[in-house]
Amino acid sequence: MGMPCDTEAIRSDFPILHQEIYGKPLVYLDNAATTQKPHCVIDAVRHYYEKDNANIHRGVHTLSERATADYEAARETIRLFFNARSKKEVIFTRGTTESINLVASSWGDTNVGKGDEILITHMEHHSNIVPWQMLCERVEATLKVVPMNEAGEMDMHAFETLLSERTKLVGVVHMSNALGTINPIRTIIKQAHAVGARVLVDGAQAAAHVAVDVQALDVDFYATSAHKMYGPTGVGVLIAKETVLDAMPPYQGGGDMILTVTFEKTQYNDLPHKFEAGTPNIAGVIGFAKAIEYINAIGLDAIAEREKVLLDYATQKAVAFDGLRQIGTAKDKACVLSFVMDGVHPHDLGTILDREGVAIRAGHHCAMPVMQFYKVPATARASFSIYNTEAEVDALFIALIKARDLFA
Amino acid sequence: MFDLGDLYQQVIIDHTKSPRNFGKLEPCSHDAEGYNPLCGDQLHVYLQIDDDMIKEVKFEGQGCSISTASASLMTEKLKGKSVREFEHLFEAFHEMATADMSEKPDEETLGKLAVLAGVKEFPSRIKCATLCWHTLKSAIEHSDKAAKTE
Ligand SMILES: Cc1ncc(COP(=O)(O)O)c(C=O)c1O
Repeated sequence: MGMPCDTEAIRSDFPILHQEIYGKPLVYLDNAATTQKPHCVIDAVRHYYEKDNANIHRGVHTLSERATADYEAARETIRLFFNARSKKEVIFTRGTTESINLVASSWGDTNVGKGDEILITHMEHHSNIVPWQMLCERVEATLKVVPMNEAGEMDMHAFETLLSERTKLVGVVHMSNALGTINPIRTIIKQAHAVGARVLVDGAQAAAHVAVDVQALDVDFYATSAHKMYGPTGVGVLIAKETVLDAMPPYQGGGDMILTVTFEKTQYNDLPHKFEAGTPNIAGVIGFAKAIEYINAIGLDAIAEREKVLLDYATQKAVAFDGLRQIGTAKDKACVLSFVMDGVHPHDLGTILDREGVAIRAGHHCAMPVMQFYKVPATARASFSIYNTEAEVDALFIALIKARDLFA
Repeated sequence: MFDLGDLYQQVIIDHTKSPRNFGKLEPCSHDAEGYNPLCGDQLHVYLQIDDDMIKEVKFEGQGCSISTASASLMTEKLKGKSVREFEHLFEAFHEMATADMSEKPDEETLGKLAVLAGVKEFPSRIKCATLCWHTLKSAIEHSDKAAKTE
């Protein structure tokens, strides 16, 4: 804690970074899409498959006992990281998308009805829009949207106005993947609870950058994905209050989520297993816990501090760059530099930068309403992580000059 | 190794910066909208077809360099061609954009369109080049649209 990050040491933990793309050193600036994985995560997954692989919760043999112990130990690591009350509140899923769909189906179908309202924001990822649209269609509820300002900040005044006793749930992204904006979720949760609404926070982007304490926040549902926090793809978590989960019906039926099954009646398993039907991504969960241990070893404070320095450095360069328009300039933001450039379409930027070894994302970032708000078809997005350097930011801007010259 | 110059040839840059036949065609006998969700390219093509001849063709929309230049070059090529000739060109263009590298494009048929042959070295960009062709094809195939403006 308080120790500055040793970027060189951190870089040496990530084998993938040490390669060339078209003869240029790889500059990986697509971390908001997915982060790279450190040795320890790769090794944990490999170790699991080489030494411990077995199905969990259903074998008496040694391997199964080991696999089960590791899987459940991972749950405890993740519980601690988010400060959930107990392991019952930690449900493994395929990722943020599945976590949100689980809530929209299981909680939504039983708690939202005709005339009720779901409130989301203008800057949500499609995965925090579409499941709610589908729910609203099923139960004849209404989806309402909190507007944002030019900087890409949520309009808190409009939020208060839109909140009412009809609001059953507020869905809000903790950190926007398209803009970098960090939303004031503590205030949002407080205000939502005051009208009796539940709150789901999409933490896909935030969890690797911002410390999350679900008890201090009093959040009802917090969803995130391992792969954006140095862990494997296809695994994530839904953290939710036990009291809320207890009252929810299962999301999927199958193995592991039951206690007894007869053709007449099935008795569901206890939390969290009630929501984990079928054989889970065991290796992924074990890798996820390792990734969290990796984050803990560096410390989220140190990570946030270092990433802020990098973002400030990049932002300064962006402001000074002729013909570049930043998309998303919230006061409270992290790690994302989204922009458009005069005369060069983002998609062309993506291709040109790739030839310089610089990996960025070009597109709508699964946030089409954000693109519509700024009246752009797409943006180019550089997103930073703990292993990025100032030299890499320089490489980005040198490549941008090349792109500008090509179309000059 | 293929470099950027193979993709962004001068002709392409030129057509990106000043696209030909850009704008709405009113009235028209056929039109259709094309969309590439991956990069947000949006394209609207308009045609006036009389007696199976493409008398006029225009396009408008927002897109990357490759999709804009491809549409611009396409409209230039197709003006005055028959629907049958379009179908032939469609096949030749598609073949060029997707065939393996060793195959030489059919330059005799394609003419200037052959400058887009470089896209096949950039797999994520092939759709940008072919979007306008698919959009035009669907405009022609939806003859119900033709009735609309008669
Ligand atoms: C803000 C946000 N929400 C949700 C998601 C979806 O995450 P996943 O694809 O891991 O389910 C993403 C990932 O792109 C995201 O950035």
